[in-house]
Amino acid sequence: MLIYALQYAFIVFSVALLLNLWRLYQGPDLPDRILALDTIYINSLALLIILGIWHGTQFYFEAALLIAMFGFIGTVAAAKFLLRGDIIE
Amino acid sequence: MNLYELPNWLEWLTALLIVIGATFALIGSIGLARFPDFLTRLHAPTKSTTLGVGSVLIASIIYFSVVDSFSLHELLVTIFLFLTAPISAHLLAKAALHLDLKRVEHTQDQRHQVQESQDE
Amino acid sequence: MTKLLPSPLLSLFLLLFWLLLQNSVSAGHIVLGTILAIIIPLLTVRGLDFRAKLHRPFRIVEYLILLMIDIVQSNLDIAIIILLPSRNIQPALIEYPLDIQGEIPITVLAGTITLTPGTVSAELNHDGTKLLIHALNVKDHDQMIRDIKQRYELRLKEIFKC
Repeated sequence: MLIYALQYAFIVFSVALLLNLWRLYQGPDLPDRILALDTIYINSLALLIILGIWHGTQFYFEAALLIAMFGFIGTVAAAKFLLRGDIIE
Repeated sequence: MNLYELPNWLEWLTALLIVIGATFALIGSIGLARFPDFLTRLHAPTKSTTLGVGSVLIASIIYFSVVDSFSLHELLVTIFLFLTAPISAHLLAKAALHLDLKRVEHTQDQRHQVQESQDE
Repeated sequence: MTKLLPSPLLSLFLLLFWLLLQNSVSAGHIVLGTILAIIIPLLTVRGLDFRAKLHRPFRIVEYLILLMIDIVQSNLDIAIIILLPSRNIQPALIEYPLDIQGEIPITVLAGTITLTPGTVSAELNHDGTKLLIHALNVKDHDQMIRDIKQRYELRLKEIFKC
């Protein structure tokens, strides 16, 4: 049962990532692209966790935590750049 | 691939959580692709993706707690996501308002009335 | 006591965070975590320019459970809106008058609004009395403002007493 759920999750997250990529390519404005990148980070984090269950190992957890942190920092830096035209004031 | 045996009902619960999480993440991404303007697009991923990843992480907690030793550290990622999702959404909304992006025509904007009344 | 532990809650949080990160509760990790939980607040206490006073700490649990239920509810609502073929949504930008004051309560309220049904908090005006909310699909503005006030703001007022 779990095998089918995991396979379903792999397919669904891949489709979700493709949709995010389409939005990243399509734009039309910079905030849209940043939002698409943020969603890509979160989806790939979930994909890593699923891969960890699939391989039965917890080594992917640290990678997922790092993706969450860097994704957040990247989003905040890009949004601040749009707001002020400068990241460090 | 290296799946361990789980008790039957736990296997169902884990599978159900994974399916729910994946479905919500997909719905969030569909919303991101389909909504008409930026501020409405912002709603889809900030909510659906957070819940989607949240339930996948809970499934991971259950799975590894049963097959391996008791493990809660996926909770860190969940808490982190729930704390940071509103912040990035807030900053992006602020940036979009600052840039004055196109909104769908029937967006009701209450700001102008208030700004006028402040000017008086 | 106050010199060694400037903020006991932060220290407790750091200890728990360390144990979760190491994913074990062995004696060595507890000792190392305790050392970190004492040193880090001492080094960073000068940067701590805000203080939150909790008057009813146990109401937080109730608040978090309510928030959890509302997050699931809001996800179902959004999912229905996304999956329905018709595009009949009515987005709106709404000014929300704030009753609570202080950085932490307003931050918590803004985060709550972003996580719950079809609303994203977009901007706080310069004197901190109004919050600009973008709502995805709203029919009655006043009803929505009343809902947020009763459901979240009154509870936060009770927790932070402000």
